[in-house]
Amino acid sequence: MTNEYRLSSGGQINRSESISFKFNGKTLYGYKGDTLASALLANGIHLVGRSFKYHRPRGIFTSGVEEPNALVQIIKDKGKTDPNLRATQIEIYEGLNATSQNSWPSVNFDLGSINNLFSPIIPAGFYYKTFMWPASLWENVYEYFIRKAAGLGKSPTKKDPDIYDHCYYHCEVLIVGAGPAGLIAAKTALNSGKKVLLVDERPNFGGNLNFSNKDYNKINELAPLEWIKKTCLELQKNKNIKILSRTSVAAYHNYNYLIMMQNLTDHLPDKDKKEKIRQRLWKVRAKKVILATGSIERPMIFDCNDRPGIMLSSAVRKYANTYGVKCGDNISIFTNNDDAYETAITLHNKGVKVKSVIDIREKSDGALPKKCNELGIKIHWKSAVIYTEGYKKINKIHIMSLSKDNTNVVGNKLKIDCDLLCVSGGYTPAVHLFTQSGGKLDYNEKKHYFFPKKNTLNQISVGSCNGTFGLKNIISEAQEKTREFLNISEAEQFNILEPERGVFENIWLIPSNKISGKTKSFVDYQNDSTVNDIKLALREGFKSIEHVKRYTTTGMATDQGKIANMHALGIISEITNTKLGELGTTTFRPPYSPITFGALVGRNVGQFFDITRKTPMHDWHEKNNAKFEDVGQWKRAWYYTLGNENMYDAVQRESKAARTKAGILDASTLGKIDIQGSDASEFLNRVYTNAWSKLAIGKCRYGLMLNEDGMVYDDGVTTRLNENHYIMTTTTGGAATVMSKLEDFLQTEWPELKVYLTSVTDHFATVSVCGPHSKKILEKVTQNIDYSDSNFPHMSFKNGLIDKIKCRVMRISFTGELSYEINVQANYGQSVWEKCMAAGKEYGITPYGTEAMHLLRAEKGFIIVGQETDGTVTPVDLQMDWIVSKKKYDFIGKRSLYRSDTMREDRKQYVGLLTNDPKEILEEGAQIVAEVKNKPPMNMIGHVTSSYYSPNLNKSIALAVVKNGKKLKGKKLYVPMPNKTIEVIVSDTIFLDKEGKRLNA
Amino acid sequence: MFIIKCPYCGERDHSEFNYGGEAHLVRPKQPTELSDDQWAEYLFMKKNIKGLQYERWNHSHGCRRWFNAARDTSNDKIHSVYKIGEKPNK
Ligand SMILES: [Zn+2]
Repeated sequence: MTNEYRLSSGGQINRSESISFKFNGKTLYGYKGDTLASALLANGIHLVGRSFKYHRPRGIFTSGVEEPNALVQIIKDKGKTDPNLRATQIEIYEGLNATSQNSWPSVNFDLGSINNLFSPIIPAGFYYKTFMWPASLWENVYEYFIRKAAGLGKSPTKKDPDIYDHCYYHCEVLIVGAGPAGLIAAKTALNSGKKVLLVDERPNFGGNLNFSNKDYNKINELAPLEWIKKTCLELQKNKNIKILSRTSVAAYHNYNYLIMMQNLTDHLPDKDKKEKIRQRLWKVRAKKVILATGSIERPMIFDCNDRPGIMLSSAVRKYANTYGVKCGDNISIFTNNDDAYETAITLHNKGVKVKSVIDIREKSDGALPKKCNELGIKIHWKSAVIYTEGYKKINKIHIMSLSKDNTNVVGNKLKIDCDLLCVSGGYTPAVHLFTQSGGKLDYNEKKHYFFPKKNTLNQISVGSCNGTFGLKNIISEAQEKTREFLNISEAEQFNILEPERGVFENIWLIPSNKISGKTKSFVDYQNDSTVNDIKLALREGFKSIEHVKRYTTTGMATDQGKIANMHALGIISEITNTKLGELGTTTFRPPYSPITFGALVGRNVGQFFDITRKTPMHDWHEKNNAKFEDVGQWKRAWYYTLGNENMYDAVQRESKAARTKAGILDASTLGKIDIQGSDASEFLNRVYTNAWSKLAIGKCRYGLMLNEDGMVYDDGVTTRLNENHYIMTTTTGGAATVMSKLEDFLQTEWPELKVYLTSVTDHFATVSVCGPHSKKILEKVTQNIDYSDSNFPHMSFKNGLIDKIKCRVMRISFTGELSYEINVQANYGQSVWEKCMAAGKEYGITPYGTEAMHLLRAEKGFIIVGQETDGTVTPVDLQMDWIVSKKKYDFIGKRSLYRSDTMREDRKQYVGLLTNDPKEILEEGAQIVAEVKNKPPMNMIGHVTSSYYSPNLNKSIALAVVKNGKKLKGKKLYVPMPNKTIEVIVSDTIFLDKEGKRLNA
Repeated sequence: MFIIKCPYCGERDHSEFNYGGEAHLVRPKQPTELSDDQWAEYLFMKKNIKGLQYERWNHSHGCRRWFNAARDTSNDKIHSVYKIGEKPNK
């Protein structure tokens, strides 16, 4: 293997385990412990992608979650692929296959880069302005163009074969981040005896301390790595702590509710991934939370600051110390603080040439710059990088001196050759989770960062995420704040060695020798927004930072501006002369780093997506060729096919049989509520529109339930089983909400009523038998019931037996036929159904599904709540005035029926429609007009709610709601369709057996 | 995302509960005697306060009891819960 940029020794990689992987089709090698980014850098590869708008070459910029450039697509077998992953976080494994994104045809030769030549004409808001008009082109033209040109990763097209998991977890203390602050907090917290959860997004703990220079940083005489190792071992021994690595907190919600995603197998070779859970989503409730989320190094904003080979200084140090990789051979460093000098010394000690350090400061009294001086590294004080050269890789920097007030560059331009430029603009506390949780920030005008100020949750921030820098400060703050937070008396002494540091100085925008507008100083690398874009947005009048953000798209890419935001704010504050503390920040939204849909969904896929409810007779329906319809969570038999029948034929046959012979329907899904108590009758009086007190025992009554706004809410038949005992049926879909509504009124409005409600929907199976032969069939099936009309008239109920099984039989009808409903304990449902089928065989009994049921009731003009009604229909609109009691003092919705709006004469009212051509079937949902025009818009006066071809009437029938419909009977209306206009005549809603003779046939 | 203390069951995740709107709206005893405006005031006009609001909650996936909560809508902090018919703790 080549690895010509691998240092001869050092790092936490396993040099005895070589790993092969593919990048853009080429096979490369790295070591176990490498990230994709470190392995690429070891192979001398910086260029990994093209920028979003201008397709400029972009290289690896960071070493972690904040990476804006190095987004790759992972290709797996069977069409599986993961887009938009950060190469800096992907741990390599045997068989890894990654490609660049956003470049076509290849990352080295990108046709889209022609955009770069036109960049003056793609300023901020370009897309908004150019693609504004005509809007109709959005769908086919603009979107296609933008997506092709922008092209982030490709989403997979195949079903995700991986397994994901959810886990709920409760703990007393959650610590987010296992850098020095998090480790100290955990160590301290365990003294409380509390249950602790410690999580970190990285595979290794220790945070930035992990790659600190061991000559300059020591804890209790131990080198950083040794101390981290020792501390982790100590923690692991304690049974009160749970430690999760590769676990990123995506969201921090109110009441200390956090969502985290744990990567379990992504880093394993393909063969070890099989059958294992890929990712686990943790839903954590923590009594107390300690945020130790660290800080993110800032870049510098200058002309052409985006070339491959320009990297964060801390990242370069990490690649050297953690992975044994040098990112260049001839290095310059551009800084405003002392931390970058640690990188210089580290590289120098590893034999890498550090040519120069360019520092914007006048001087520094720190120990590290002093050491650099001694090592002979040239430091250019009070200077700045103003330009870089090199297309696919940096090869030169231009530097000039800064004027006294840092607003200009002066003197002669100096050009320095280099193949790597480290930049360090100081550190920004990672306050994302803190603000997500509702925390308010404050701005430190001296140190130039936002830091956590106030939070109402049981939570603290410690370490650099709290704006505390320097190992000694971090460790002492983490210990002190944790002790106070958890009430711990024990304290440990730490002996810290760290270099003396000079003061940090900040310039948001490095001045240039070019005229304004001629520079390409990138603020957001991933979304390609420049300083000029921000200036333009401000010139065009955008003032709010939220607006500037959206107009320039700064901070809106997949990295959510982890690198970009601070400088964008700084530059806006400078230009508008607003203090940053007053300007505020844009909102940080979850997830902190992207999480997969797979993890969010967990096991709730396929058959587990939602609960499926099946009736006790489901197996029978299935065996008899039923097609099922989803009604809420229920699977209802829709129609049953015989031979080669299609749906239409089956429904016609079933509907005909139900009226001429006998039909049998599974009505088990209807909601059933058992109502008991001495005030049960009064209760029904109040919830239904009609009167109930005089309903005799053993009788059934249809009821209509309204919302308090007067609109129809539910309907069904209720039977009086006994003096104080009723059984109510509801619609299938309304069962749960009706129950809730009734409970609500009982508990809150009428607590004085003695009424007890029990949902018994699942406890009974309901077999409905109708048709002229139904009585004969019931007589064969049940015992102890006299079916004579005088003993058992329509709308009454009898208790009976089927063999030894108790049953309730109601003579009620939704088809208009003579009809009986048998209710038995649910587990006997199928055997009773089969008994009815056997008894009815000689009469031609025919099972029918919900479609035929809908057709049969439409012939009778019976409404279906949710089909004829939509929450805007009153009983009066339905011409059901007969069911609305005028005598009752009150019922739910009564007052609303007398509002001026509900009393309007010209409301949409329930009517029947007949087509001129009896074969013409209207489309459900079709709009109705009184006057046809050549083209829309036309004045729509209603719509078709139900429409069928009736085999019993040999013509099409339809139900509709039409404005002023009551007065339009016999009038001609029109239903305009895309290719024709259908004439209809308004009719009565009852098409068949107006007198109701069939009920007693 | 909050945790609600059901007065009958204790602290539970909010996913066990249903929200029921403003509390202490008494259904008029004689609705027929109200003008349209008065009825509309009761039926449609809800305060929707930013700050401390008294509201109804139902422990729908638990004991199914209704109760009231005093919640600060600006930060979702629940200051107290109390049974139907009771007065909130001031
Ligand atoms: Zn409860």
